[in-house]
Amino acid sequence: MKGTYLGEFEEVVLLSVAIRSGDAYGAAVTTEIEQQMGRSVNLGAVHSALHRLEEKGLLTSKVGGVTQERGGRRKRLYSVTLAGRRALEEIRQLRNQMWDSIPNTAWS
Amino acid sequence: MMKPNPPRWAMRFLHLFCPAYLVEEMEGDLEELFEQRVSRIGIRKARLRYVRDVLSLVRPSLRKQKPLEHPSPFLFRPAMLFNYFKIAFRTLLKNKVYSVINIAGLATGMAVAMLIGLWIWDEVSFDTYHPNRERLAYVMATQTYNGETGTYNSIVVPLEKELRTLYRADFKRLSMLWTSTNILAVGEKKIAQPGIWAQPDFPEMLTLKMLKGSREAFKDPSSVLLSESVATSLFGDADPINQVVKVDNKTNMKIVGVYQDLPPNTTFRDVRFVLPWHNTANWWNTQDKDWRNHGCNLLVQVSDRVDMSQLSAKIKDIVLPHIKEIEYTSLNPMARWHLYSNFRTGQVDGGRIQFVWLFGIIGVFVLLLACINFMNLSTARSEKRAKEVGIRKAVGSMHSQLIGQFLSESIVVAFVSLAFTLLLVLASLSFFNRLADKAIDIPWTHPVFWLLTISFTLFTGFISGSYPAFYLSSFKPIKVLKGVMRAGRFASLPRKVMVVIQFTVSITLIIGTIIVYRQIQYAKNRPVGYSREGLITIAMNTPELNSHYNELRAALIESGAAAEMTESNSPPTQIWSNNSGFSWKGKDPTTDPLFGTIAVTHDFGKTVGWKIVAGRDFSRDFATDSSAFILNEAAVKLAGFADPVGKVMRWNGRDHVVTGVVKDMVMDSPFQPTVPTIFLVDYGWLNMIIVRTNPALSVRDALDKMEPVFKKFNPGSPFEYKFSDDEYARKFSDEERIGNLATFFAVFAIFISCLGLFGLASFVAEQRTKEIGVRKVLGASVFNVWGLLSRDFVVLVIISCLIAVPFAWYFMNSWLKQYDYRSDIAWWIFAASGLGALLITLLTVSYQAIRAALVNPVKSLRTE
Repeated sequence: MKGTYLGEFEEVVLLSVAIRSGDAYGAAVTTEIEQQMGRSVNLGAVHSALHRLEEKGLLTSKVGGVTQERGGRRKRLYSVTLAGRRALEEIRQLRNQMWDSIPNTAWS
Repeated sequence: MMKPNPPRWAMRFLHLFCPAYLVEEMEGDLEELFEQRVSRIGIRKARLRYVRDVLSLVRPSLRKQKPLEHPSPFLFRPAMLFNYFKIAFRTLLKNKVYSVINIAGLATGMAVAMLIGLWIWDEVSFDTYHPNRERLAYVMATQTYNGETGTYNSIVVPLEKELRTLYRADFKRLSMLWTSTNILAVGEKKIAQPGIWAQPDFPEMLTLKMLKGSREAFKDPSSVLLSESVATSLFGDADPINQVVKVDNKTNMKIVGVYQDLPPNTTFRDVRFVLPWHNTANWWNTQDKDWRNHGCNLLVQVSDRVDMSQLSAKIKDIVLPHIKEIEYTSLNPMARWHLYSNFRTGQVDGGRIQFVWLFGIIGVFVLLLACINFMNLSTARSEKRAKEVGIRKAVGSMHSQLIGQFLSESIVVAFVSLAFTLLLVLASLSFFNRLADKAIDIPWTHPVFWLLTISFTLFTGFISGSYPAFYLSSFKPIKVLKGVMRAGRFASLPRKVMVVIQFTVSITLIIGTIIVYRQIQYAKNRPVGYSREGLITIAMNTPELNSHYNELRAALIESGAAAEMTESNSPPTQIWSNNSGFSWKGKDPTTDPLFGTIAVTHDFGKTVGWKIVAGRDFSRDFATDSSAFILNEAAVKLAGFADPVGKVMRWNGRDHVVTGVVKDMVMDSPFQPTVPTIFLVDYGWLNMIIVRTNPALSVRDALDKMEPVFKKFNPGSPFEYKFSDDEYARKFSDEERIGNLATFFAVFAIFISCLGLFGLASFVAEQRTKEIGVRKVLGASVFNVWGLLSRDFVVLVIISCLIAVPFAWYFMNSWLKQYDYRSDIAWWIFAASGLGALLITLLTVSYQAIRAALVNPVKSLRTE
């Protein structure tokens, strides 16, 4: 298994997948990121990150069924694995820990 | 309102660059985003973003191939391997004819290659029996006579002392050598065997393996070392050490050691005993002041730290103060004696190494022919196996697994062939040994042999299986199973090329064989100038034979066994003595030509039957004939005499009158021009007795009558004789050996090529069964069908002929150039070889063609 270090963009993608839980696919994740962060992202970047996260074992995917949407084209649906969740929690904990360590006098 | 569309070219671009398994998903995403964006930011911007997204999707990380859904199976799992072999054996059994052709072809090819390999090994390992091989060398002398520069290991005796004293530090050991046949007698047991006169260091230099006694004991000048074989034949099981042996019926010597016989692949293999150089019985030992008498060899062992080539340059001029004829001396290391024995203008110029290369190349080619058969048959049958490949692939076989299966099939064939190869080699080894004049054994216990054999078999299996393996396994399953697999117009091209290669090699070998045999026959038919039939020679190696010339001659003629008898210093089939220093009126003073000099008795001419072309034979009626010369035609030409009879030639301070001229006699090499030869009468310079047996008696009877006469005059030695025609025939042995080996290889090459052709023909006939049936229904005759099937092969063989002819001409022309007396290369040789190959092809193909043509069309059209 590859190292679990997460880049900033990967973290954002992973979080978006978690937010869209159950309906996380390329376009959905892209829209989510654009809405949340207010910036435009390339679909290619998102897909590339999704693949990378899947290789790292933080995401799994399965091909969804055929629906009436998007001309009957199938989606690849992603979901966060246990390892993915741990990775997110670890980052959050680290951030919190660091926030807590900031002395009150720092901002004055 | 019309639904807004994303740019179509971008979508096409995506299809072009995105892996197929991702396209659907990507397109869906792109379209969804586009629709959202159209409503949000307008159609123009949405399109722009669409294009940007497409471009961003074409990135390396998204171009990876789809990961396999199942982990790839380990290729060499035992179960899989077992299955490969099971399938391989089943395929072999299912196609018996092809399997037999394949295995027979491969086995013969490998057998030839193995024989050649053993032969090369034997040649390359020559003299390695001696641990000092790298340090031993002959001292060579280079000299120019009659415009020809030669390098010989014949050395004058005083050179040894010179090297010993002047270059003491450079040489560890030195030994003068002189090989001769001697008679050894112990009590009543007498044997005549080749031995060597050598100095005390000799056994140490060759590291003779002593079975009894020691090498050091040979220091004594009356001691002798025997080989195991001689010791056994003289003493049986008794201990020979310290026993006395009588040499040549005059000198008693003490046996101080017995050594293991030298193996056949050593230079000194014929040496059966070692005699002491510093013994009065050794005539050469008395020549240690004579700087003119070349004849013995000087073997040296260079000191451990001395560089051989530097030392060779250092002793270059050592003889200059003493002899003018020798241009320089040099060292010729033992490691080069056998394979690099030819010298041209003082430089090493090949030798047997050329044959090592030649046969090596032939071996590779013969093996290649066999491999080509395998490939040809496998690819020819590819259409039959294509379905199998299709199904295997559809069921989930991977490319690499199919390659594994086909390779294992060919490796199985190679190993089955190996078993037959070993049997074949075992069966033919004694025949091959006779052919090649060798004593080769299969080194069963040698690990290197097995290592080489097995890797070589694997290699053969791999080479012959590689093409079918990669070709067959690359078939597309859908096409194959749908049946649209059409072999294109050029699908059979590689097969045809391979047939052409096979026949080119075969035809080249046929042409080579014919030319070698013609050259031998041409030299054999050369008029020799005397008659060899019934001529026998007896070496005079005891003092008793040297006197009593007239009595012996009278007794032999009286016994009725001999028609005539003479003595000379060389047998009639050789010239042992060459001399310079002749002068005559009108001679160019700047040259000093070399003549063969043959001392004879008065009866020589009558005995050998030479033909006088001018003047007269030697005669007892003229007392002056004791200083007369008879020249052969070549000598007359060299001397430049217009009218030779009566001319005076001066030699060694005496005047000699030319009394006669004889027709050239081929005494030396039958492939070279006749040696200019001078015959003179000298009763003190005789080595050989030459007897012409009574033509009224059979040779056997004549010999029976002769033996008691010799026993009477020469009681101390066994009656040993040689037939001149046998001796003469031996001059062709090298060439005959090449001829025989070339025939051997040619036969195998043709056999293998024909096997392949037979297989291909049967395949073609089978493939065209329906076509032939239809043709027959429409009225084609058997002859039509036969022509139809044979035509393709005949064309291929004709192409091979066209390629082989210039090749063969080039090689054989340069081979023939080494002979001065050589046959021409006639055009009919090429025509005959080509026709022969064509005939063999037709015979091979016809069997299949006629069989196919005779089949009842009802049957052939009903197949399916």
